[in-house]
Amino acid sequence: MSAHIRHHPDPATLLSYAAGALAEPLAAVVAGHVSMCSRCREEVRDLEVLGGVMMMAGRPDDRIASISSPRRHDSGKERPAFAAPSAERLPAPIAAAYGLSFDTISWRRLGPGVWHHRLALSHGARGDLRLLKISAGRAMPDHGHGGEELTLVLDGAYADQTGEYRAGDIQDVNEDIEHTPVADRGMGCICLIASEQPARFKGWIGRLFQPFTGM
Amino acid sequence: MLSANFTARSPLWAIPVMTAASMTNLLSLIARDRSDAAFRRLFEEYGPRVRSFMLRQGVDADVADDLTQETLTIVWQKAALYSPEKGAASTWIFTIARNLRIDRIRQQRPWQELTDQFASSIPSDMPLPDVQLDEQQRETRVRAVLAELPADQLEAVRLAFMDGLPHSEIAEKLGLPLGTVKSRIRLAYNKLRSALEDLR
Repeated sequence: MSAHIRHHPDPATLLSYAAGALAEPLAAVVAGHVSMCSRCREEVRDLEVLGGVMMMAGRPDDRIASISSPRRHDSGKERPAFAAPSAERLPAPIAAAYGLSFDTISWRRLGPGVWHHRLALSHGARGDLRLLKISAGRAMPDHGHGGEELTLVLDGAYADQTGEYRAGDIQDVNEDIEHTPVADRGMGCICLIASEQPARFKGWIGRLFQPFTGM
Repeated sequence: MLSANFTARSPLWAIPVMTAASMTNLLSLIARDRSDAAFRRLFEEYGPRVRSFMLRQGVDADVADDLTQETLTIVWQKAALYSPEKGAASTWIFTIARNLRIDRIRQQRPWQELTDQFASSIPSDMPLPDVQLDEQQRETRVRAVLAELPADQLEAVRLAFMDGLPHSEIAEKLGLPLGTVKSRIRLAYNKLRSALEDLR
């Protein structure tokens, strides 16, 4: 699958992901891409080596109050490791975290030919994470961005002013860019979109639906 | 705003705390002999660094102590699963500490994969010598890249890894445009990438 991937996260985004410094919704999308892209998996591994070296080179802080034996201090809840990539098109980390498959997504209509499914974030996490389904040839409304935005194509394809994006491709959009993605004429498109801030839709659909959907 | 102990040319980059081999030996010892003495040794070696890492996220000392304890408890419990051919011990411990920091301090879901890449079906007393050598090489080269990084690039990377700051907050803290922060991080990343390319 990863041989077909042509668009990867910005290196600065990948570094922040490995560092554990990326906003939660953005990290979710990068995790999805990384699960589909062996090249980025390798890169994250290298960046984690950097993290290990930095942590060990930091000045040690010896003022630890006490050491208790691990048998008396059990570690709390443990999250399950991500399952191996499945035949499903929903990336394994997303499927595992939300208990979702393509068949079980409850799509809500956002406008003509556009549906969405919002994914809950942890309490206190900023931003927005949602699945978006656009029918063949439909355009998403123009929208600007407050902060960073990531889009991962899960199925089908879309194109905008910057190029064409297919399954596994990620679009890493910086601030102050406005773009109008148009779903592939044959296949339509399902993607996972995250932003640091709520997206500001500027087209008529955006204006029409903003009060009701919070988009 | 580099702290005095963390300058670009700090000799700390050049001198590993423990050699990769002795770290690996310690973990093998823990896997075999789950004694209090082995845990104490692990704590002495890594505890102060993990604690310092936790404190950088801006928590008080009690929380940092608890999370240090928890990080090393996980290391202790999973030492038998650790396999040196999958990566350096410091990398493994960093990923555990990083995910705990996201989970416990920021109360968010850590999306970074944790166990799979380090767990192996090959028992830890049967390392693949060539691959293990590559892993040591990798760490050595990363250390060399860090030692050569210009101070401004190192600072941006450090704020991401050690302080866990997103790009926007790094920009705010340094009083720089977001684009400048990102390009400094990209420059540092490219150096790392070209230093490790042939180990792929």
